[in-house]
Amino acid sequence: MIGCAIHITNVSKAFGTVKALDGISLEVNRGEIYGLLGPDGAGKTTLFRILTTLLLPDSGSATVCGFDTVREYTDIRRAAGYMPGRFSLYPDLSVEENLEFFASLFGVKVSDNFDMVAPIYNQLAPFKTRKAGKLSGGMKQKLALCCALIHRPEILFLDEPTTGVDAVSRSEFWDILTHIRQSGMPIFVSTPYMDEASRCDRISLINSGRILETGTLDEILHRNSMPLLAVKGENNYHTLLALRKVEGVKTAFLSGEYIHVFTEEAFEPATLSAIEGVREVKVIAPDIEDVFIKIMGNGNS
Amino acid sequence: MRNSFTAFIHKEILHIIRDPRTMLIALLIPVVQMVLFGFAISMEVNDVEVLAAAPEITPAVEAKVSQIAHNPYITFKGYIATEDVDRAIAANEAMAVVVFSRDYGRSGEAQVVVDASNPVTAQTSAGYLTQILNGTRSASAPGITILYNPQLKSAYNFVPGIMGLIFMLICAMLTSVSIVREKETGTMEILLVSPIRPVMIVIAKMIPYLMLSCIDLALILFISKYALALPLSGSLAALVVTSLVYIILALALGLFVSTIVDTQMAALLVSGMVFIIPVIMLSGMMFPIENMPLPLQWISNIVPARWYIPAMRKIMVEGLGFGYIYPELIVLSLMAIALIAVSVKRFKIRLQ
Repeated sequence: MIGCAIHITNVSKAFGTVKALDGISLEVNRGEIYGLLGPDGAGKTTLFRILTTLLLPDSGSATVCGFDTVREYTDIRRAAGYMPGRFSLYPDLSVEENLEFFASLFGVKVSDNFDMVAPIYNQLAPFKTRKAGKLSGGMKQKLALCCALIHRPEILFLDEPTTGVDAVSRSEFWDILTHIRQSGMPIFVSTPYMDEASRCDRISLINSGRILETGTLDEILHRNSMPLLAVKGENNYHTLLALRKVEGVKTAFLSGEYIHVFTEEAFEPATLSAIEGVREVKVIAPDIEDVFIKIMGNGNS
Repeated sequence: MRNSFTAFIHKEILHIIRDPRTMLIALLIPVVQMVLFGFAISMEVNDVEVLAAAPEITPAVEAKVSQIAHNPYITFKGYIATEDVDRAIAANEAMAVVVFSRDYGRSGEAQVVVDASNPVTAQTSAGYLTQILNGTRSASAPGITILYNPQLKSAYNFVPGIMGLIFMLICAMLTSVSIVREKETGTMEILLVSPIRPVMIVIAKMIPYLMLSCIDLALILFISKYALALPLSGSLAALVVTSLVYIILALALGLFVSTIVDTQMAALLVSGMVFIIPVIMLSGMMFPIENMPLPLQWISNIVPARWYIPAMRKIMVEGLGFGYIYPELIVLSLMAIALIAVSVKRFKIRLQ
């Protein structure tokens, strides 16, 4: 059966004095899309590089498909499909040349494994003689995904595959991942976009090298459910500064055309309506982005 | 099933063919350099402008001046007054002035005044003139037989030097840049996370540049023989073997550079500064090693071109074979083996 798992136990990694990863532990099961969500510089890429055997952890250990990332790195290199964070194909080679090269790198023929990539590659087929460097952002990512899949990997590592890609292409890309997951192949994917959490089976929130929360999206939202106020002012910037001075307000931040405000439990929303320039105050349910900012705020304090 | 190794070489060849700059460096520069050094730039001194100064133009003076005027390397510009000699040199009217004494031809002497602001041309011009002035009375002068390059053609000296330079340029510079480019663009990450062994990545990178260098070698030999009329009378086998060893050594140097730098710009600078300049300065290509201060002579020993260029001279100009170049060949081989060993060992199997 295709698909294997990841076990990470207490992995730490520092670059000089900067702690990129600080005691990371998590498990990825067969056949699930596991999302690692966090801002730039959170340590996502470092974790991916440790799992794909490109970096050695300072302490702790990890296995991919049962292979140790340090001792059995050659086995992992055979089993894993990896798509690094930035576009890493050959811009001077055409679409089909790139795909053929990465197939032969793993000793397989494109025709033998074409079923793996067919749904994605068929979208690229009209451009197959075009140089990879001349593709649009979304197309580049699809080609990179094809190249990572063509050797029929047992597990897929995608480091920020949707960064720099437009909203439609992002959504298409996630549809493809959902389709791949049906084969049982686990997909470990990182993203800075919180809205992509809903496309993952389970997620971990990561910041400053630490895992803040782990679970399904609903579990995390449930655990962190607490009243959230959405405030709209005449001038949101001035209102934001004013809100932050109010007694009982824990965190206030801009979110779209509203200011989202987490408060002490006994806080009376009407207090906010009284502030000059505030037009509207309502109670809403926090989404993952709100939760993330709240947890991050707690972690910092 | 296509082998991952041959697929890699195929990919590498596509990179080279599709990059006009690489093709330009690899194929045009050798030809341009050969033509430039062979025809245009030379150490020969031509068109030496000479004036003559004599108190009176006696038949003896006239005879000598006519000899001077007929010399193919000299352009005779006429007579001036004896007191004008310094002014004529200062005003750049001539490179040299021959000053005849009053009773030249019987007991008097002739003097050559040369503008030595450029010592090379000055020395050569003085040489030409001395030869002519001594000409008729040189009973005691030694007979000189010039072997190997009787016409003292510059091309004989430069072709081996250009070969030492070009192989360094193509192999060391282009290979280091090509490996570092994979690091810089991030493709090295995917290559490492694949079953291909890192050593194979390195070898597959080198082979296309090795082939390119062989094309250049053929090109250079062709131009040397048919355009520059070099004798090429030595052993062709010795020439090819020595060149291949030098090419492999240069490839290993390129690989070595790629293991110490992370950007293409740094790779270019290091290859340029550390490899190309010593080939020009310390290999004996321009300046004789024997005339260098002792410490520089020691340093020159680690410059591969210092061994390659003299070996090429022996084969291409003196017409010798393996029997005369084996010391150079052994040194180059040992350097190549050591460098490959160090670079392969240093080539990282991970990112750090």
